[in-house]
Order: sequence, then structure tokens, then C-alpha cells
Amino acid sequence: MNEFNTLPLWLELTTAALLLTGSVFALTGAFGLLRMKTFFQRMHPPALASTLGTWCVALASILYFSGLKHMPVLHAWLIPILLSITVPITTLLLARAALFRKRMANEPVPEEVSSGRDRGN
Amino acid sequence: MKRLFPAPLLSLTLWLLWLVLNLSTSPGNLLLGALLGVLAPLLMAPLRPQSVRIRRPVTIIRLILRVGLDVLTSNLQVARSVLTAGQRPPRSAFVRIPLDLRDAHGLAALSMITTIVPGTIWSELALDRSILLLHVFDLNDERQFIEHFKHTYERPLMEIFE
Repeated sequence: MNEFNTLPLWLELTTAALLLTGSVFALTGAFGLLRMKTFFQRMHPPALASTLGTWCVALASILYFSGLKHMPVLHAWLIPILLSITVPITTLLLARAALFRKRMANEPVPEEVSSGRDRGN
Repeated sequence: MKRLFPAPLLSLTLWLLWLVLNLSTSPGNLLLGALLGVLAPLLMAPLRPQSVRIRRPVTIIRLILRVGLDVLTSNLQVARSVLTAGQRPPRSAFVRIPLDLRDAHGLAALSMITTIVPGTIWSELALDRSILLLHVFDLNDERQFIEHFKHTYERPLMEIFE
């Protein structure tokens, strides 16, 4: 466990600050999910966790392990990149399913954008 | 050559991804990564992906930086709206945006951007790709928002993909 004591103080402080910031954003996202009233409003706050929350934690991991191993350890940065590729897929599916269900139930959502004069142009 | 490497850029990316994930450049890993880079595009070929042509690397980098910056600012905005929702409920609304971008890969990139920037959600695209329905968390001015959206995201993507 000796190697853990070789990190400079400023690096430990930066890592801690980044972890805390990321956690606060993730918590705010979860809080928003709980607090918002409608489905579509609820879809927005969790994006805080998948963007800035993840970015901060990944950056903290990179800094900490790069300092520990005295070489750049960059692979944590793949997490935000892969997340930004996969998250849109579930978000899109959720939004489309919600629109479809709400239209079936005649709730006030915009009508289909490709209906009427827009179709088949 | 073209038959063996239908997507050279993708092959190279996969190879680098493998090396970064394993944090090693030992011969075995170099070989495994190269194998992955050659096989994955070949195995994906039956899905018949459209070939993609991207240009203007400077525009790409500027767009990525711009999106990163926008993610930071809209994170702060959405976090503030969530915390102050008691006094001031967010003005959520659907916005119909007329699109000029038609390229499938460009639209895919646009949907990624709108989803990872908090506060906007890609909800529906017209069959002829002319109109996009977007859900906005806190909408201030619809005309201004559409103008901003087309200028900052759609225009660079058209330059890159079309």
C-alpha cells in the first residue's frame, strides 16, 4: 500500500474535487427524475449523470492512475465516448415509444411529423 | 484491397481501441487487435452499411469542442432548473425544426449530439427527413432556438457529410 502515499497532494485534491462534482451532478440528475412531473421532462435530468457526471469521474480516474503509474493511463476516456454512442439509442427508443403510446391514448402531444402534406415529398 | 478493408478508418479505430483497452503493444495484442479490425467490418458487411465519406477535419474538431462546451453549459442550466423547479417550473415544449441535412450518417451524428447535450431530446424524424421533432427541457424563444440549432449543429454536419 506504500505506492498510494506517493501521489502529490494537489493531484489527490483534484481527483477528490472531480469525484465530488461528478457525484453531485449524478445526484441532481436522479433528483430531477424524481421531481419532474411529465414523462418527457423526466427524460432530461438523467442526461446529467451520463454526461458531466461520467466525464468528471472518468477524468478523475485518468488523473489518479496516471499519477500512480507515472505514465498516461487514458483508457477510462473510452467510457464517455462509448456512452455517448449507446445512450442516444435507448433515449430515442424511449421517446418514440412514449410518443406512440400517448398518441394512442389521445394525450396532448404533437401529431406525427410525417403525416399529411409532409408524407412522400 | 477494397474487399479486405471495406472500412479502413473503422479497422484502424478498432485496432487502436483494442490496444488502448489492453494498455499494451505486445505482439500478441497487436495481432489480436489487427484481427478484430479486419474481421469486424467484414462480419458487418451483410448489414450493408452505406459507405461514409467525411471531410473537413478542422470542422469536425471545432464541432466536437463546441458540443463539449455546450454539454458543460447545458448541464449547469438543467441542474439549476431541476433545483429551482419549485419556484419556476421548466418551460418544456416540443419544437418542430425544418431540416436541410439529408445524409443518414449526418442525421445519426445530429441525433447523438441532441441526446448527449442535456435539455434536448430527439423525438421524431419525418419519413422524408425534412422535419425533426425535438423535445426541449426549458425553451425560451422558439425562433431563436431553431436558428441557434441549425447554425451550430446542422450547418457543420452538412459541411462534413455532404
